[in-house]
Amino acid sequence: MALDDRDTATKLDFKVVGTRPPRPDGIDKVTGRARFGADMTAPGMLTGRVLRSPHPHARIRSIDASKAEALPGVKAVVTRADFPAEVPEDVADVLDNCMAGDKALYDGHAVAAVAANSAAVARKALKLIEVDYEPLPHVTDVDAAMAPDAPVLHEAGGDETVPEGHSRNVMSRVQFGHGDIDAGLAQADRVIERSYRTAATHQGYIEPHACLASAGPDGQADLWCCTQGQYMVRDTCAAILGLSQGQLRVTASEIGGGFGGKTTVFLEPVALALSRKAGRPVKMVMSRAEVLRASGPTSSSSVDVRLGMTRDGRITAGFAELRYQGGAYPGSPVDMGSMSAFAPYDLENVRTVGWDVVTNRPKAAAYRAPGAPMAAFAVESAIDELSKELGLDPLDVRLKNAAREGTKASYGPTFPAIGLEATLEAARAHPHWSAPLGENQGRGVACGFWFNFGGNTCVSLNVAPDGTVTLSEGNPDIGGSRASMTMMAAEELGIPYDRVRTVITDTGSLGVNDVTDGSRVTFAVGLATIEAARAAKREMCRRAAMIWGIDEEAVVWEDGAARPSGPNAGEHPPMSLAEIAAIAPNTGGPIAGHHEVNAEGAGVSFATHMVDTEVDRDTGAVKILRYTVFQDAGKAVHPDYVEGQFQGGAAQGIGWALNEEYIYGDDGVLQNPGFLDYRVPVASDLPMIEPVILEIPNPGHPYGVRGVGETSIVPPLAAIANAVSAAAGVRMTQLPMSPPRVLAAIHGADDG
Amino acid sequence: MRYEAPDSIEGAVGLLARTPGACHVLAGGTDLLVRLRSETLEPETILDIKRIPGMHEITPEDGGWRIGAAVSGAQINEHDGLCADWPGVAEAVGLIGSTQIQGRATLAGNLCNASPAADSVPAMVAAGALARIAGPDGTRDVPVAEVPTGPGKTSLDTGEFIASIFLPARPERSGDAYLRFIPRTEMDIAVVGCAVSLTLDADSTVDSARVALGAVGPTVVEVETAAEALVGTQVREGAQQQLATVCSAAARPIDDKRGTEHFRTHVAGVLARRAAAIAYARAKGDRA
Repeated sequence: MALDDRDTATKLDFKVVGTRPPRPDGIDKVTGRARFGADMTAPGMLTGRVLRSPHPHARIRSIDASKAEALPGVKAVVTRADFPAEVPEDVADVLDNCMAGDKALYDGHAVAAVAANSAAVARKALKLIEVDYEPLPHVTDVDAAMAPDAPVLHEAGGDETVPEGHSRNVMSRVQFGHGDIDAGLAQADRVIERSYRTAATHQGYIEPHACLASAGPDGQADLWCCTQGQYMVRDTCAAILGLSQGQLRVTASEIGGGFGGKTTVFLEPVALALSRKAGRPVKMVMSRAEVLRASGPTSSSSVDVRLGMTRDGRITAGFAELRYQGGAYPGSPVDMGSMSAFAPYDLENVRTVGWDVVTNRPKAAAYRAPGAPMAAFAVESAIDELSKELGLDPLDVRLKNAAREGTKASYGPTFPAIGLEATLEAARAHPHWSAPLGENQGRGVACGFWFNFGGNTCVSLNVAPDGTVTLSEGNPDIGGSRASMTMMAAEELGIPYDRVRTVITDTGSLGVNDVTDGSRVTFAVGLATIEAARAAKREMCRRAAMIWGIDEEAVVWEDGAARPSGPNAGEHPPMSLAEIAAIAPNTGGPIAGHHEVNAEGAGVSFATHMVDTEVDRDTGAVKILRYTVFQDAGKAVHPDYVEGQFQGGAAQGIGWALNEEYIYGDDGVLQNPGFLDYRVPVASDLPMIEPVILEIPNPGHPYGVRGVGETSIVPPLAAIANAVSAAAGVRMTQLPMSPPRVLAAIHGADDG
Repeated sequence: MRYEAPDSIEGAVGLLARTPGACHVLAGGTDLLVRLRSETLEPETILDIKRIPGMHEITPEDGGWRIGAAVSGAQINEHDGLCADWPGVAEAVGLIGSTQIQGRATLAGNLCNASPAADSVPAMVAAGALARIAGPDGTRDVPVAEVPTGPGKTSLDTGEFIASIFLPARPERSGDAYLRFIPRTEMDIAVVGCAVSLTLDADSTVDSARVALGAVGPTVVEVETAAEALVGTQVREGAQQQLATVCSAAARPIDDKRGTEHFRTHVAGVLARRAAAIAYARAKGDRA
């Protein structure tokens, strides 16, 4: 067939893409029909519960579970001894995080688990497990953990990138950049040097981790769980438990939020181990306190910035040293923070150094643009302060230094077409920028960058005999991807949106799909969906050609039907998708299209945020008055969802900036493991967040799509800090800007 | 776990006396059920008082209002007469939890939970409210301030529970107000709370005043010196400043996850000033 040659270039004339149809999961979610992680049951199911360390750091001398095992109704107790002594290196830390080995490394670290025939019995059994702990000195602060005399978590210490003489809590060091910082600073008219700190925050997804595991004595196992990636769960659990990947089938439930926090496992290997030992299905559901104590928040950070600027706003050099604690195991996102810190700018002299540090806290997991918001907070705050000192407009300064097509990025690559300047121009032209401000009010702006990813993707598009279409994909829908996939399939096939249903399959039904992360799904799964639809169209053109008795090349697909085309095609009435589907048994069997790819060309994304705040000088309370997000979406497939992503990132950023924080006492115990004292913003804390979608097509996607899910959380911390600093008249360099901290800063400035 | 729902005060007292320590009273349940769910509490018996006659009623008495122990925040805020007399108490109870919680949460429960941060307690103390306590020896009336003795602890004896709260008659030209500081705009717990109740004389000068602070000590703090700062004034800037000073001085807060000592001490004064201005305006006839 002769598909249009322009199919590989960016498509511009859309019929479905860019509209706002109802979401396919909407009715289920508002009526309660949707099945989340905790909604699955199985005959004979047991309740699993985890015993957690009350100590931030302790050697586990012994565990005696005999009394628990003797309790009527208890069907299994597992400790680390029930897992293989040796597991592949890439899951060793994951296993240790799911079930402590020699040491408990943080308050809440799992040390044992039980499966019993009721929650009450399981709860009682936990109290009967005797753990002999030897408490050890602990450290929860990143800078304290780097001190030479800090308590050491892992005797082996860091890798070969860590220079001699550092604490063994420093696990690795990364460095990026180019040019000569000292020479650059020497050219500056003004140099600023500042230190910034951010607290650890949690993704705050509403649905706690939950799973149902059923493992048989024959090595076959099934797992139902809420996750961002069922293949990741399968491969990780199989490696930890010594199962083969093909024998473990994992089904992802509907998911009540993830934001990166469900890109690893916590309960799943434990539930499988309990099920295997008990010979019964085991269901486990975390409480909110368990989620906060023992899932994966993001890093807290300590960042130093040096920045030089000329009188006219040219940044001559930028240097940042970033220290992130990633909890009890290596793997904080300091590498991505170091790569993204200066990514929005075209700099001759730029360098970042990142330190990955372990502390007695839960192992950090991904959180929306992992590592980038803290880095942007530091750099964008310094740019703002320097701009103000030099009497320059902060948007002008950013435009003057903005990265554009051809810029060599601070982390190495050269940018193709990108949208940063477009977001800055849109911000400058928006009425928000010129709106008047009242007393004790301040306005802040900041830019943000995120890489976006592609990755392994496998989809299958099946045409039913009645002419409707099912798209099978393997990525849990955390941000509206079912709607987007349905729209791209409908667009490509030329049929209405409501003729397509997208389903998310278990691991047995498709090849590997990477986790729903890195803003990859609308890009990569979308790309695969379009290709699968094209494969189905080719097949349908072939069937039509066969029926008409003409060459395949003489058939084109237009408006949902095969049509003869070209001088020798002859006169045939078009055959619609439904007509071809109805007679498929007579023309060669079912019609389907597949596509498998390790997608590249995701296309980086930039945003500029603008926010107005008001500070109550008597209490330090900050009110967000107005908030506008300008972001490049490449092509907004379903603009409602894109706007939701922009608003959601800003909302989470507002929480991070103002009140959210992990608070540890001197005893190393988390003080606020609940949504009362871990303060996510409530609806009445937020103004309407205005999203402004810019569309600079991504050359790497047939429709120009870029990922939009993560960039929106990168600028808010700095934008809000810049606004609060302006309103309060004192520079805020530490997050969260909680009322006590803002009031203390105001009083400090008044006293000064 | 046993669930009991007696239909008389005597029945409830009998059950309470027979199961000391392990019997927990259930009215709205907005604290008790949370503690059950979080497994910090495993009671032997739950004693539901909602079937006892009168527990759901707001009745006029001696010019004031008697509020049954199971009357919800929503009921209070929908009661025009009570809201007209005691707008500060009504707004304090109305701040507890969320709209859903308001359908269940009670004044008596807020008092018995004995949290230093309880919103309605400073308002009740400023109002001079009395708690009617039922027990094996009959009933006794005690000032609300005497019920909580420390975080989570009350002066109730074995077999006793609070049957009702009484808000006294309101003189002419009176007004009260409650303000709390929370880092968010709702669904939060007071970092500092302050209630002010005033009665004016004919020329709009404060004749009597009561001020109570929440969350700045182990129990509610009634600030005697605050009354001195207000009486004989028209709550102008000087009086407000003096009020703030004495309230900050009376605060005995701790540093914790919700706020620093410095912050709470300062904000106690700020809220007192702001609440006094609102109470004064209400006393003058502004019902907003």
